[in-house]
Amino acid sequence: MMNYHPFVIPFTVGALFLFGVVFYKFYAWIAALDRKQKFMVKQNIFSFKTIRAIGEIFREALVHRNIYRKNPVLGYMHMSLAFGWFLLIVVGKIKASLYAGTFFEPPWLGIFFNFFAVDGHAFSHSEMLTFTMDFLLLIILSGLALAIIKRVKSSLLGMRKTTKHSRFDRIALSSLWFIFPLRLMAESTTASLHGNGGFLTNSVGHLIPSTIAPYAELPLWWAYSISLFVFFVALPYSRYMHIPTEVVLIFLRNWGADTGEQLSGYTDIQLNSCSRCGICIDACQLNFAAGISNVQSVYFVRDARYKTLSDEVVNNCLMCGRCSNECPVGLELTLVRQQFRNKQEIPGKFYYEYTEPVESKAGVDVIYYAGCMTHLTPSIIISMKKIFEAAGVNYWFMDEDKGVCCGRPLRQQGFIQQSKNLVIKNSRIINSARAKLLVTSCPICYKSFREEYNLNLPVMHHTEYIEGLLADGRITLNASNVTVVYHDPCELGRGANIYEQPRNILRNFSLIESNYEKENSLCCGGSLSDAILDLRLQLKIRDHALGELTKDKPDVLVTACPLCKKSFVHGNKARVMDIAEIVAGNLKVIASKKRPVRKEELQLV
Amino acid sequence: MNKADVVVIGGGPAGIEAAYNLARDNHKVVLVEKEEEIFGHMQTAYTLFPNFQDASEIRSSLLQKTKHGNITLYNNAEVTQVSRENDFWRVQTINGLDFIAPAVLLASGFKTFDARYKEELGYGIYKGVITSVEFEEMLKVGKIQTANGEKPRRIAFLNCVGSRDEKVGNHYCSRVCCINAVKLSIEAKKQLPEVEAYCFYMDIRMSGQFYEELYRKSQEDFDVNYIRGRISEVAPTFDNRLQVKCEDTLSQTPLKMTVDLLVLMIGIEASEGTARIGEQVGVNGEYNFSKSISLHTADNKTKHRGFFLAGTCKRPLTVPETMADARAAALEIDLYLKSLSQ
Ligand code: SF4
Ligand code: SF4
Ligand code: SF4
Repeated sequence: MMNYHPFVIPFTVGALFLFGVVFYKFYAWIAALDRKQKFMVKQNIFSFKTIRAIGEIFREALVHRNIYRKNPVLGYMHMSLAFGWFLLIVVGKIKASLYAGTFFEPPWLGIFFNFFAVDGHAFSHSEMLTFTMDFLLLIILSGLALAIIKRVKSSLLGMRKTTKHSRFDRIALSSLWFIFPLRLMAESTTASLHGNGGFLTNSVGHLIPSTIAPYAELPLWWAYSISLFVFFVALPYSRYMHIPTEVVLIFLRNWGADTGEQLSGYTDIQLNSCSRCGICIDACQLNFAAGISNVQSVYFVRDARYKTLSDEVVNNCLMCGRCSNECPVGLELTLVRQQFRNKQEIPGKFYYEYTEPVESKAGVDVIYYAGCMTHLTPSIIISMKKIFEAAGVNYWFMDEDKGVCCGRPLRQQGFIQQSKNLVIKNSRIINSARAKLLVTSCPICYKSFREEYNLNLPVMHHTEYIEGLLADGRITLNASNVTVVYHDPCELGRGANIYEQPRNILRNFSLIESNYEKENSLCCGGSLSDAILDLRLQLKIRDHALGELTKDKPDVLVTACPLCKKSFVHGNKARVMDIAEIVAGNLKVIASKKRPVRKEELQLV
Repeated sequence: MNKADVVVIGGGPAGIEAAYNLARDNHKVVLVEKEEEIFGHMQTAYTLFPNFQDASEIRSSLLQKTKHGNITLYNNAEVTQVSRENDFWRVQTINGLDFIAPAVLLASGFKTFDARYKEELGYGIYKGVITSVEFEEMLKVGKIQTANGEKPRRIAFLNCVGSRDEKVGNHYCSRVCCINAVKLSIEAKKQLPEVEAYCFYMDIRMSGQFYEELYRKSQEDFDVNYIRGRISEVAPTFDNRLQVKCEDTLSQTPLKMTVDLLVLMIGIEASEGTARIGEQVGVNGEYNFSKSISLHTADNKTKHRGFFLAGTCKRPLTVPETMADARAAALEIDLYLKSLSQ
């Protein structure tokens, strides 16, 4: 038989196995999508979103643009391996088809092309294609060299930590290390015998003694084929499963699937899409400020995938979102972790059963909900009252005397049912007031209102609200040259994308920048989401963050979350204020304080 | 550089008591005090538990002791540097004093917890929220009143402020505030018999002699009420009183109460001097309190020869415990100095 040799069998069997397992897994995951996710797929599969997804697959799964942006060397490593290999297969396929004169040549021909195409049989563009193949091989080998260096010394690639391996990873990785050097050697040996190589394989071929070449040729091709077999068989059970899975993830994400509350096929797809690049380890304060190195997202994802999750890994997380923000694959890491926290069964005790009903007040424009945490920082409440008064707002302080928690802290601990109970209680009070706007001082409540509630009015965090009052001239501030640094609270910044509003307010002061602005903001350490973090470590995280934020010795460290404020005040390094306090403290008092709100002014509302 | 036998750092009860006992043993003692006045926290005390002894009697006794001929007292002499020089210790102060001595006694005491860190309790925000130290001062001048000069109708005492509190990083019990709250509530009732007194606690810790009896007496004879629950929030009412909220953990129900004065029983922390000097010399232990080499057998000695400890720089102590500890330290130092001259 032409273009056949038994050594192609391991490759062919391995490839068939790989395709079988991968497609079976894809099928199972897609079947396990939840109703909403399936609906989104049906809605969007025939839309431009699919085209957008293909573009993204090219950029992220092949070129790895995101990794490249974060760390060029690491990006190059991923790109050379993924994109290089991809092109090698495509160009190899083209070359084989041209050579065989049919598109349906045997699948292994492109892979072992040089072994079979030794007859000097010319076909169109063969020179150029041979050069390309050698060039691609060189690129891949350079990426491989970086991968080996990363294993040996990760700091050389600008990374503090590299990930640990499972058994399948090790098998897949070792075979991956062999594949390309073996291919180089096999092709070079054939080239030394037949002169059919390119610039690389011919040159290497010259170095192989002609006495050895005839004996080495076949064993090298066998070895190459076997290494491919091993890699293909190990792949579905190793980290390299992320290569095919990421493609599916990108499609689903573009079609609008969201992580949801309960585990689903989409969770599995996310878990399998992690490339274990380790970028999330470097992003995590538990790692670099508190020295904990076994709970980061990469470990969580790995353990969740292999079903070896411990409670510690699930629960020891600030849910700060720094890792999701950095993850080049765009995994919704905190949401997935939350799914694993959610309790399936409803434990006996329901909290807040004893809460007395709060009577809702009609005829107000604005409802102010301070939130439990804000009740622990009364200066914020006093400041908000001052601001409402100064702007002449007709408001109702909903939880002034008694109130019900927004429910988010319970939700973050996984008590979904109890949390929903509170949501119902609060919704009833808020909706029946028929007001125009709900303002809260706590980012945790804010996120909760936005995401978990079905309210008949818009919600604003007080940063947004105060910014609006200033923009509309309903309050004005005295000029101040106090230097301030702004700390983005996790839930308000990464959690709700409120970045510009506080900065616009603080431009009335002398605003200076820290090294941790916006998406890159640090967690204050006081997160309610981590109920098991040791106090001493929590304080380490706080002190590190505080040190960074106060490096330039600002007069005031301003934040917009009662919890952050409390954490930082105890750190005792700088004057700490909530944004409402610094605003209230600098209000220009206008003589006609109490005047009815004009209609045009209500647009803010 | 001035020579002495011992430099005692801190002119509170521990420092004075130790200096006096050393002076009686014919050692030349330099006593340095960072403030204008001596006595440390004894300065603000009104009466002492459990026997209601007038604190001014203690102060005059201490003052008398500083007059001993072998003691030289320096006020306004905050210590900036303590260092080892050959076999001697060198102590330098902010006002340029510079001593050298074979022995140093650290008696730099404690500071009270800064209640502003517990913002939810409203200290520094609402005028009616005061600390136990401020309340003691009110008792001293016989004027228990609210910010606008009125007689309070109801006073709440809140125990464990800044102690036994994970959130502020102090896990330990300050030991004196429970009994002190009993004392303060009785004194309040003595001065204002009609006032209602409530004491909010997590546990009532009455471990000293006569403490339990006093606790009982406060309820039987003075009508003080005890509620198990930690006040979680304080808010102003429309008529400018204070509403406190807590969970009554015995009946497991939420509780709200309106009061005119909220007295925070602030806990004991290592003073700044204790923390700083401890750090310089290397005797800092948990929570910045100084560490002796053996709690049971050598509680005044440190791992450094000639550097001794006395009083609340080590941990929260009552006044009698502090005085006894100071005398023990004096004895240790006396033995040490004698061993040097042999
Ligand atoms: S979770 Fe994201 S950042 Fe972390 S290792 Fe996986 S792919 Fe990389
Ligand atoms: S959410 Fe924050 S604390 Fe949790 S793993 Fe990610 S970076 Fe670390
Ligand atoms: S003595 Fe009482 S009030 Fe003081 S810390 Fe201990 S338990 Fe709390």
